Amino acid sequence: MSVTETAAALEEERPRGSTLPRYLALKGGGALVSLAMVVVLGFFSFRVLPGDPAINMTRGRRVSAEEVERLRAEMGLDDPLPLQFLSYLGDLFRGDLGVSYVYRREVTELIAERLAPTLLLTGTAALISVVLGLWLGQKSAWRRGSLFDKTQTGLALVFWSVPTFWLGLILLLVFAGGLGWFPTGGMVTPGTDPTGLARVLDVAHHLVLPVLTMVAVVYAQYLMVMRASVLEEMTSDYLTTARAKGLREDLVRTRHAVPNALLPTVTLIFLTIGGLVGGAVTVETVFSWPGLGYLTFQGLSAPDLPLLQGTFVVFSSIVIVMNFVAELVYRVLDPRLKAS
Amino acid sequence: MGSAPRSGRAAVAAQRRARAAEVWREFAATRSGLVGLVLLAAVFAVALLAPVLVPLETLDVTRLTAASNEPPSAAHLLGTDPSGRDVLGMLVWGARVSLLVGFAATAVSMVIGTLVGMAAGHFTGLTQAVIMRVVDFFLVVPSLVLAIVLSSVLSRGLWTIVIAIGVTSWASTARVVRSQTLSIEARPYIERARALGGGDGHILGRHVLPAVLPLVLANTTLTVGSAVIAESTLSFLGLGDPTQFSWGSMLKSALDTGAATAGFWWFVLPPGLAIVVVVLCFTLVGRALESVLNPTLRGR
Repeated sequence: MSVTETAAALEEERPRGSTLPRYLALKGGGALVSLAMVVVLGFFSFRVLPGDPAINMTRGRRVSAEEVERLRAEMGLDDPLPLQFLSYLGDLFRGDLGVSYVYRREVTELIAERLAPTLLLTGTAALISVVLGLWLGQKSAWRRGSLFDKTQTGLALVFWSVPTFWLGLILLLVFAGGLGWFPTGGMVTPGTDPTGLARVLDVAHHLVLPVLTMVAVVYAQYLMVMRASVLEEMTSDYLTTARAKGLREDLVRTRHAVPNALLPTVTLIFLTIGGLVGGAVTVETVFSWPGLGYLTFQGLSAPDLPLLQGTFVVFSSIVIVMNFVAELVYRVLDPRLKAS
Repeated sequence: MGSAPRSGRAAVAAQRRARAAEVWREFAATRSGLVGLVLLAAVFAVALLAPVLVPLETLDVTRLTAASNEPPSAAHLLGTDPSGRDVLGMLVWGARVSLLVGFAATAVSMVIGTLVGMAAGHFTGLTQAVIMRVVDFFLVVPSLVLAIVLSSVLSRGLWTIVIAIGVTSWASTARVVRSQTLSIEARPYIERARALGGGDGHILGRHVLPAVLPLVLANTTLTVGSAVIAESTLSFLGLGDPTQFSWGSMLKSALDTGAATAGFWWFVLPPGLAIVVVVLCFTLVGRALESVLNPTLRGR
C-alpha cells in the first residue's frame, strides 16, 4: 500500500542526531513554506484559473454590463494581478476571507461556526480507528497466516476499496431508513434545542452513523501499517533475547515488539489526517452534518468561490500544522533522534 | 561491427522476454491476483460493449415507459431510478466513465510522479531541495479538497476530473521513485556511464527509467483503484460531467432524492458494489504484482 511506502521513505530521510533547535527550524521552515504554497495556490486557483470572478459570481442571473463593471471595481479585479495578490495577502493576514456569495456573510464567521462539529466528528472517528486499527494490526501480525489474520486483512482490503459516501448511504438505508434506530442527518433533532445532558445524548445519537462510516473506511490503513510494522520487528534479535529471558509470548509482544513497531506508525497516523479531511467532506455531505465538509459541499453548487477558497485554506492549514506536530511528537518518542 | 550489437540487442530482448514470462508465471501463481485480473477483464468487456448491450436510446428520459423507482422485475433487473431509467443500463454505461477516468488520471499521475521522482533523486543541491518541498506539499495537502478546488474552478467535464485527480495524486509515486532512483544511482554501472561521458538525460533515460519502471507498474495498478474512488467521489459531490452516466453521479441522485432513507436499495447498492469490485480487483492485481516484483515483500 502506498501509505506504507510513504512512511518508509520518510523514515529513511529523517535527519538523525541533529540538535533540537536545528530540527525545529528545519521542520518549522518546511511547514511555513507549505503554508505559503497553500496561500499562493488559493490565490492562483480562485483568482486566475476561473477566468472572471465577476462573471462567475453572477452566473445564472440576469445582470447588466454596468452591474458587472461595478462588481469588478468593487472586487479590485481591474487592478494588476500583483496588486490583487498583495491585497489578498493583506486580507488573509487580517483573517478576512471575503464574503460568501450564497450566505452573504463573512467566510471567516461561517468557518468558525462549522469548525467545532467537524473536529468532533473527525476527532472521534480518528481516535476509534487508530485504537482499533493498531490493536487488530499487531494481533494479525503476531498470528501471521492464521484465520484471524486472513479475515482481518481481507476485511481491511474490502473496506479500503469502499467509497466512504457509499458506506454512509448503506448505513442510512439500513439503520436510519429501514430500522429507524438513528436519525437520518443533522447534529441535533430539528425543532428542538436541548441543553445539558439531553443535548450531549442527542448529539451522540446523531454522531453514531457518521463516525461508524469514517471508522470503517479509515481503520483499515492503520491495521495494514501496524501489521507490516510488527512483522518488520518479528525477526529482531531482541525478541529472541526477551524469549530467552523466559518472558511469556504475550509480554514479548506487548512490552517489546509493539512499542518499537508503534514508532513508524505514529508519523503515518498524522500523515493520514489529509485523508480524514477528505472523508469528512463526503461523510458530512451524506449525513448533512453541519461541519466544514458540508459547508464545502454547499459551496460547490453555486459555485461559491470565496467560501471554497476559505475552506481550502483552512483545511490545508489544519493538515499542515498537524503534520508539523507529528514531526515533533516523533522526535519526542524516538530517543535515538534526541541530541546526543 | 554490424552484427555484434544487433545480436547483443537480440540477447537483451530474449532476456527481457524470459524475465517477463517468469513474472507472469509467478503472478499467475498468486490466486487472488489472477481472480482480480479475470474479473477486471469482464468489466472491461462490459464497458467496451456498452453501446451494444444497452443502446443509449433506452436510457433517454423523454422516451421512457417505466415508472420511477420501480423495484427490480423481469423487465428491469435492477429496477429503475427516480426518473424511470433502467438501473442496470446506467450501471453498464457507468463502467466506461470509471475505467476511462481511472486509467487516464493514473497515467497523468504516473507521468508526473515518475518524472518528478527521478529528478528529485538525480539532481542535488537547490534543485533537489525545491523539488522535495513541492513533493512534500502535495503529499500533505488533502488531495480531495485540492481536487474539489480544481474541478470547481475549471469547466465541468471528464477531462477536468482526470486532471484534478492526476495533479493531486502523484506525490506518493514521486517519493517511491525517488528512493529507487537514489539506490540505483549509487550502483557502479551508473558511475561507469558517467565516466564514459553520459549526461543527465542519458543516465536518467537509459539507466534509471528502465530500472524504476517495474515499481511504477505495480504502483499504477494500486493507483487506478484510488483514482476510481476519487472519480466517484467527485461525481458524487456533483463535480462530474452531467452528460455522462457515472457510478458516483448515480449515487448523488440517490442521495438527492432520498433513495436511501426511502429504502430504494436497488438504486443505492449496485453502483457502490460496482465501485468496490473494480477497486478491489485493481488492489488485488497490484498487490500480487508488487510481491512478484519486490521479493522482500513475499510471505507478508
